[in-house]
Amino acid sequence: MLELIVISTLNGVLFGMLLFLLSSGLTVIFSMMGVLNFAHASFYMLGAFFGFQLTKWVGFWPALLLAPLLVGAIGMAVERYGLRNTHKHGHVAELLLTFGLAFAIEEIVSMIWGKTPLDYRVPALLDFPAFTIFSTNYPAYKLFMLAVSVTIFVVLLIVLKRTRVGLIVQAALTHPHMVGHLGHNVGRVFMVVFGVGSALAGLAGVIAGPALVTQSDMAAALGPILFVVIVFGGLGSLPGAFIASLVIGLVQTFAVALNGSLASAFGPLDPAAGPSVLTDIWNVTIAQVAPIVPYLLLVLVLIVRPVGLMGTRES
Amino acid sequence: MTAAVTSASHPLAKSAGSPLRFYAIWLIGIAALIILPLLFSSGGSLTSFSLIGIAIVFALSYNILLGQTGLLSFGHAVHYGLGGFAACHMMNAVVAHGWPIPLPFIPLFGGLGGLAFAMLLGWVMTKRAGTVFAMISLGIGELVASSSLILRSVFGGEAGITTDRTALPRMFGWTFGPQLQVYYLIAFWLVLSAIAMYALTRTPLGRISNAVRDNPERVQFIGYDPHVVRYLAYCFAGFFAGIAGGLAAISFEIANSAYLGAIQSGLVLFSTFIGGTAYFFGPILGAILVTYLQLGLTSLTSVWQLYFGIIFIGIVMFSPGGIAGLLMMHRPLIRAGTLGMVIPSYLLAVVPTAALACGVILTIETVARYSGGDAINLFGVAFNPQSPVTWAVAAVLVVGGFLVARLTWQRIAEAWDRAATVARDRGYLA
Repeated sequence: MLELIVISTLNGVLFGMLLFLLSSGLTVIFSMMGVLNFAHASFYMLGAFFGFQLTKWVGFWPALLLAPLLVGAIGMAVERYGLRNTHKHGHVAELLLTFGLAFAIEEIVSMIWGKTPLDYRVPALLDFPAFTIFSTNYPAYKLFMLAVSVTIFVVLLIVLKRTRVGLIVQAALTHPHMVGHLGHNVGRVFMVVFGVGSALAGLAGVIAGPALVTQSDMAAALGPILFVVIVFGGLGSLPGAFIASLVIGLVQTFAVALNGSLASAFGPLDPAAGPSVLTDIWNVTIAQVAPIVPYLLLVLVLIVRPVGLMGTRES
Repeated sequence: MTAAVTSASHPLAKSAGSPLRFYAIWLIGIAALIILPLLFSSGGSLTSFSLIGIAIVFALSYNILLGQTGLLSFGHAVHYGLGGFAACHMMNAVVAHGWPIPLPFIPLFGGLGGLAFAMLLGWVMTKRAGTVFAMISLGIGELVASSSLILRSVFGGEAGITTDRTALPRMFGWTFGPQLQVYYLIAFWLVLSAIAMYALTRTPLGRISNAVRDNPERVQFIGYDPHVVRYLAYCFAGFFAGIAGGLAAISFEIANSAYLGAIQSGLVLFSTFIGGTAYFFGPILGAILVTYLQLGLTSLTSVWQLYFGIIFIGIVMFSPGGIAGLLMMHRPLIRAGTLGMVIPSYLLAVVPTAALACGVILTIETVARYSGGDAINLFGVAFNPQSPVTWAVAAVLVVGGFLVARLTWQRIAEAWDRAATVARDRGYLA
């Protein structure tokens, strides 16, 4: 039991930090431009596939740098040539544009790399067990993922809170017009922020690719959870996104690891009653319910606190 | 809200001019539905017509949310799917218990299934509009789709629930075995639902929904609660989506978890938006086009969904009013008699734009078929995806087509400005 708790906590924090790598970019982009980037998870997927391809050509370490840059460039192009032109049609049109992009990116990826999972291996340098805990070998690569996520988190925090660039970005979050009046090129700030957010998503893809499955449906699988995270944490709130990422990451990891069901807790139902909704619910294990847990949390939060955990503003 | 949505709320009524013309449009539509199967009587085309009819009801129900109330939903298929399951269970129950309910009434139960879910969760979902509603609808959609695989006794797991439409009590001696009879059943419900949904837009509720879409704050000032209005609109949309799902269940004699899924939700969003949300007939056009393309393209290319995505992105970026919006833009010009001023620039743009489109298609197909090596058949011309000649042709078409097409598009914009100015002088354009 203790073993399960320790391992699941480690994995949960790891998954949570990965979610935060994605949700932080999404949140900053949303608070600045009012655009919820539906294609954010697609940039994550592009990161994983570029990482795979570049690893094949130039090796993992250059890929770790190049793939996010490539994804960031694509993100900037999307902002410059897509969103900026659509802005005059309103936020719904912008959301729909990113929805169409997400759809197209998934199709392009499955067209080029196919629909089956890729053989994206952990680099040999990190392919060893970091430590053994309760007879379980914990892979070094996962620790590396954790280190990268935490580093990015700290760097982001310092850049946003301690530098002049961060000051402008923070000001543009709440008062974009005023920042424009002070002589800053808000359009370029938006483009760069969108690019950095996309690059972070790409980085998350590169490092998550070998550990999770690199497949053309990975964006569609992760995207909805990502939106749950930012609605759960409160749209536009970075601390909220951080807490929500960790909560969702931990809850889902623990749910997958637990095998109990109502039947195992209270004994099986009377078989004479026959199959019904009750028997379905009675016999389903927590692990089987894991995929819907984030959505249940979402519904609960919306009933209790419609603006989300740390959200303050109405959209 | 978007400019496209706010402009021109009910042009069909305005376009009618006189009541006679208004009823004539509806009667022509009904007559077309009756005559179509007599002209194209093959089994394949009957199935296609049935699918298109179902898609139209579904898209119209979606437009109650997107076009009328301004609610962007990413999970509308939930109501469609639950309507399908409700209809399937009802059909099986009718057969098992020997109730005297004939098949034509079954879609009503599908509608009630969709409505029940909308009433249950709609209150929480419609608390917020805009982006938050969009995200919540996405989450609820995923929730229901995943739950359907857990609650096996209701949703039948992966396999779904099957039924037999011919086992129900007969009506007018129709067995509903042949596709033709099913087609007429769908056409009947299509007409009924379309009239009901059009009538809904003319009611005070329909009007206040438009107001909630455009400015919820002012709606509050005049004493309405936008949340209640959104909730009611959501319930109506769920009801009609359920009817569409019930029709689908009758047509396929099965309901499974794919009905509820994100793909189905995305398709209805595509149909409605490509058709145009600002006009009542927009979703009808969109549903016909998308279903037709879906049926036609699947046999031609393996990446047909990519073409959907590209068409959708193009519509969002360049014509947010959809096809209906594009068509209706020309009305004031026709009335003012200045349409002739833009036609030549259109004709000039056709060739380079078509070249650009061919280049894009050739590029996509080259990438898609590179490893397989199947020949590309582009409008009768064969290309080998592995030959550099094909790559060069594609590159020339894309780059050259784009450069020339951009010039002709500028000419269209200039000609359009001139024609619009004249139309404005003559008093036909605000």
